[in-house]
Amino acid sequence: MSKITSLADLKKKREELKSGLDIRIKAINPETIVQVKVAMATCGIASGAKTVMEFFLEQLERRNVAAVVTQTGCMGYCYAEPTIEVKLPGKDPVVFGFVDLKRADQIIEKYIKTGELVDGIIPMNYQTIDLKE
Amino acid sequence: MSKYSMHLLVCGGTGCHASESDAIVCNLRDELEAKGLMDSVQVILTGCFGFCEKGPIVKVMPDNTFYVQVKPEDAQEIVDEHIIKGRKVTRLLYRDPVTREPVSDSKHMGFFKKQLRIVLRNCGFINPENIDEYIARDGYQALGKVLTEMTPEEVIKVVKDSGQRGRGGAGFSTGLKWELARNNKSDEKYVVCNADEGDPGAFMDRSVLEGDPHSVLEAMAICGYSIGASNGLIYIRAEYPLAIERLKIAIKQAQEYGLLGKDIFGTGFNFDIKLRYGAGAFVCGEETALIHSMEGLRGEPTVKPPFPAEAGYLNKPTNVNNVETFAAIPVIILKGAKWFSSIGTEKSKGTKVFALAGKINNVGLIEVPMGTTLREVIFEIGGGIRNGKKFKGIQTGGPSGGCLSEKHLDTPIDFDNLIAAGSIMGSGAMIVLDEDDCMVSMAKFFLEFTVEESCGKCAPCRIGNKRLHELLGQICEGKGSLDDLDRLRNMSVVIKDTALCGLGQTSPNPVLSMMDNYYDEYVAHVTDKKCPAGQCKSLLEYVVNAENCVGCTACARVCPVNAISGERKEVHLIDPSICIKCGACIEKCKFDAIFIR
Amino acid sequence: METIKLTIDNKEIDVPRGTTIYKAAKELGIDIPTLCYMELHDMNIENKPAGCRICVAEVSGRRNLAPTCSTKCEPGMVVKTHTPRVLNARRTVMEFILSDHPKDCLVCSKSGTCELQAMAHRLGIRDIPGAAYAAVSTYRKDTSPSIIRDLDKCIMCRRCEMMCNEVQTVGAISAVNRGFMATVAPAFEQNLEHSTCTYCGQCVSVCPTGALTEVNHVPQVLRALVDPTKTVIVQTAPAVRAALGEEFGLAPGTLVTGKMTAALRALGFDYVFDTDFAADLTIMEEGAELLDRLAKHLKGDKTAKIPILTSCCPGWVNFFEEYFPDLKDVPSTAKSPQQMFGAIAKTYFADKIGVNRKDMVVVSIMPCLAKKYECQRDEFSVDGNPDVDFSISTRELASFIKQANIDIKTLHDEDFDSPMGESTGAGVIFGTTGGVIEAACRTAYELYTGKKLERLDFTELRGMEGVRSATIDFDGLPVNIGIAHGLGNARKLLDDVRAGKSQFHAIEVMACPGGCIGGGGQPLHHGNSDIIKARATAIYAEDRKKSLRKSHENPFIIKLYDEFLGKPGSEKAHHLLHTHYFDKKKKIMIKK
Repeated sequence: MSKITSLADLKKKREELKSGLDIRIKAINPETIVQVKVAMATCGIASGAKTVMEFFLEQLERRNVAAVVTQTGCMGYCYAEPTIEVKLPGKDPVVFGFVDLKRADQIIEKYIKTGELVDGIIPMNYQTIDLKE
Repeated sequence: MSKYSMHLLVCGGTGCHASESDAIVCNLRDELEAKGLMDSVQVILTGCFGFCEKGPIVKVMPDNTFYVQVKPEDAQEIVDEHIIKGRKVTRLLYRDPVTREPVSDSKHMGFFKKQLRIVLRNCGFINPENIDEYIARDGYQALGKVLTEMTPEEVIKVVKDSGQRGRGGAGFSTGLKWELARNNKSDEKYVVCNADEGDPGAFMDRSVLEGDPHSVLEAMAICGYSIGASNGLIYIRAEYPLAIERLKIAIKQAQEYGLLGKDIFGTGFNFDIKLRYGAGAFVCGEETALIHSMEGLRGEPTVKPPFPAEAGYLNKPTNVNNVETFAAIPVIILKGAKWFSSIGTEKSKGTKVFALAGKINNVGLIEVPMGTTLREVIFEIGGGIRNGKKFKGIQTGGPSGGCLSEKHLDTPIDFDNLIAAGSIMGSGAMIVLDEDDCMVSMAKFFLEFTVEESCGKCAPCRIGNKRLHELLGQICEGKGSLDDLDRLRNMSVVIKDTALCGLGQTSPNPVLSMMDNYYDEYVAHVTDKKCPAGQCKSLLEYVVNAENCVGCTACARVCPVNAISGERKEVHLIDPSICIKCGACIEKCKFDAIFIR
Repeated sequence: METIKLTIDNKEIDVPRGTTIYKAAKELGIDIPTLCYMELHDMNIENKPAGCRICVAEVSGRRNLAPTCSTKCEPGMVVKTHTPRVLNARRTVMEFILSDHPKDCLVCSKSGTCELQAMAHRLGIRDIPGAAYAAVSTYRKDTSPSIIRDLDKCIMCRRCEMMCNEVQTVGAISAVNRGFMATVAPAFEQNLEHSTCTYCGQCVSVCPTGALTEVNHVPQVLRALVDPTKTVIVQTAPAVRAALGEEFGLAPGTLVTGKMTAALRALGFDYVFDTDFAADLTIMEEGAELLDRLAKHLKGDKTAKIPILTSCCPGWVNFFEEYFPDLKDVPSTAKSPQQMFGAIAKTYFADKIGVNRKDMVVVSIMPCLAKKYECQRDEFSVDGNPDVDFSISTRELASFIKQANIDIKTLHDEDFDSPMGESTGAGVIFGTTGGVIEAACRTAYELYTGKKLERLDFTELRGMEGVRSATIDFDGLPVNIGIAHGLGNARKLLDDVRAGKSQFHAIEVMACPGGCIGGGGQPLHHGNSDIIKARATAIYAEDRKKSLRKSHENPFIIKLYDEFLGKPGSEKAHHLLHTHYFDKKKKIMIKK
């Protein structure tokens, strides 16, 4: 372990380490940031959901979007895999189907950044217990 | 960026630890390994979440799912269902005690809703054995700020202005205490952290040390800078092995980073911390006794003055603060005195950690702003009285505190209000009593502790408490008189007035407050020879209800002392002079014909 | 020094800063009752644990009552020592203390001199509420050769602990257990015999109750007196005559030598002799040893141990055997006067009167409790028959005289019997700190220089300072003398000897503060050190009255050497009058 010899040192270290706790810090108030859930059941993974998930994880951070990316199970839209659910703060969640990397890029640039809808929206037909509260 | 997309926080506090949280961690890791998820899901053992009633607790981040009473064998389901399939394991979710609906996010639980976690900010959030996580949470920034931007006087001013009062019990101004220690000139001074938490049912200090040890180390260094000390000592009871272990790790890590030791942040300031172990004597929480114990002497108090700020450890100026007091200091420095003093009541600022215990639904550790009412604590955070029973009283401040009744429920909790109501803040233990608790027996119960823990140095505490305990015993046995109640009060008042240290000066509090608030119950014991709560065995009478008795003789046959007489098919009779109140007859009677009065 | 003004019971007083309320009140003539507090002001000995809580008073601005013994005066303080609140508290606390005390005052050895009993009377306690069901803390009784511990009677005043640890640095006893069962005992509640105790008896001399008392040997003495086959000889130590009178209401410092002799004779002792005689003998042997070692030392003989340490105090001997066994060849090998007396009585004198030693009983009257242990040492007996059979303390003698309805005040002075009752002033001053070394100097000077000593009073060796030193001019040879009384002070000098830093040629050590006059067997001083000083004054007065004041001029000592011993240091003298020491360092053994 290298010594921390100045306050600037400590501050630098804090910035480096902060991302390690990102997931937890963001989770304190997830409704205030973008939440992306990637359906990662067998069907999703078979259709390339893992690549999509990694893309979101990487690109959201690179593009400075405060977001939480989680995996979730099969949403039931197996015909449209890979599917993702995006919830913007203060808005209802929206599900997108047939998300490849190109569409993923569109979702980030348009829907997430500006709120402009893009193709591939699937109407919601269920509620989670979270919403019941 | 972090490679993990998900964190599993597993509570590693002593309570959950005892309920196999270690095995949960192992099983979770095994499952993740088997499913090839080790690279994307991190399992972290944290400090106490506070909700010990429902432990062990596993929290899934980032979706903030709070699983309660998790068993090691649940690991597979959590991984398979929640992590792989994204479906919450409903049966492990907390259920609202009223609606019985599952609640997944702890924010929406009554237990957490009213809490404001300053001292416990990192407990249940970070891995206490990893200094990096503390640093990521602004750890040691306050120390850096203090050393590079502030004079010791400025630091003391911030602490004074924050209005923080010592969390150890007496509520003395922290800033003032530091100032006194600073003003005493000496070649060597000491900063002592009092981690000799001894109240039964109190575990806030332990939880802080287990969950966020660095916050205390950082604060001690800040205090050292302020008063001019370069040595810190933590007096911790040897019965806290987990806290000791985590402290050792924390000290080592801080030393390796140079955050403790010589020339911290290149400012020339030296500060290091050593551990001292207590043998578990309650009286060693009293600061002079604590200091004597650290010096290798008998752990007993001496008269103040001289205060430790003048002549403490090895006769050098010494500042002793409690764990909880220290833990809030870094936040006070970073967020400022104004911010801290905006929380709480006029004379008691900030938050206070309480340990909830007794006949309450949500047993655990909570942190609320000063000024929260007892009602909010008991009925909202605490989830009300267990088994739907009626609230009777709450013992605050542990065995040295007082018992407050229904009429105090809407009193905002702070140092002064509790004293005015006849109790004390103490370290923050709260024991809830219900309708089944006898207030004479309870007073006796609490005294038993102080009798046991008295050091024996001064006569009022050594002998007086014993006599109080004996007299309460007499009253419980129906051998008391109204004169005895006067004597009880007089002895209590004199012990409070004459005892040497805080232990003796507060030990009669349960007796006095219970006599104040439940005097009728005391009178019932001595005049009617009855225990209204039905707890004092000697005062109970087993009686046959003639209306229900069919004369089956079952009771008479089961009675071990032949106290029951009566012909077959005729109403039976229990001779109270023979009856030993074993209860066998009640159990045997099929007709509800025997009752206690 | 800065003074501050305060008010106590409506009276104003100015006191130096740092004064306690208790002392300020005393200046005003207000005697606040207390049980645990004790101060021996000339000796810097103070006990104020603030534990008894009897001395409490109301202090303006203070929430609870203040222990006046340990609360310092502050400017403008208003103190009230007898408000109803204070009186009620004192009474209640006193009732607590009495409720945890045995009620066997009738047969308690402290009855009449017990401070607890006196306080109960003073506070007007007539009954103890709740006594019917109140538990009394009880402990195993412990009897050692010198001291009996009956801790049921301990009130946790901690005076004994302070004496043992702070003054004597013996560390045999300290507080043990917690709460109601807290008491003062050796580590692991072992018997005193297995502790580091030196039997100095200072714990006994400060104990306010009957918790610590001497082993009572009066019944054995009486049995010997009753037995017609026994010739019973008594010897009285120098310090006894300066204190015995106190037990009979005489002012401290009243010499009762003649009355004591008369009383002993009246009690039926066959021969009433004086330990002072043996003290003179001690000087002959110790003086010879000093001069011998000094001569060798001056010649550069490295085997000669310098400084020489006195060895007449048995508490001191126990102390160095326990704590400085590595230095056990440094003290003089001369036996103590008590034991020299016994050795001569049961040989020379027994032969003279034609009595078999088995039929002779030697009783010593001592200001000391360690003497009881000393006379029981194996090396001081012949075939199981001890040189000194029983040692009783000044207090025991007083009790014996009272039992015999002898009114000591009306007795006519009588003289000691001959030959072992004859002594010089040098023998007398053995009773006070500095006396032994002064007596040794008187003799050693004349023997070394061959000149007559002009000035007999070595005032530079006298006083009550814990550690004193002086250089005596032996006609051109400067002899450095060190004196310590109290074992804590002795330890300081011993540490220097051990480290090879000591500049002294001879050191006198007495275990008890003040020397034998402050011994553990003396009438209780109850915390008044003026009493000890008065005894010292009496000792020096007795010395001045004597026509012979140098041991080597005692004609009966000269005769003893002529007829029996030869000369000091002779083989016979060595056999009878010298001893050797043991390594008694305690090994702590914990049974598993």
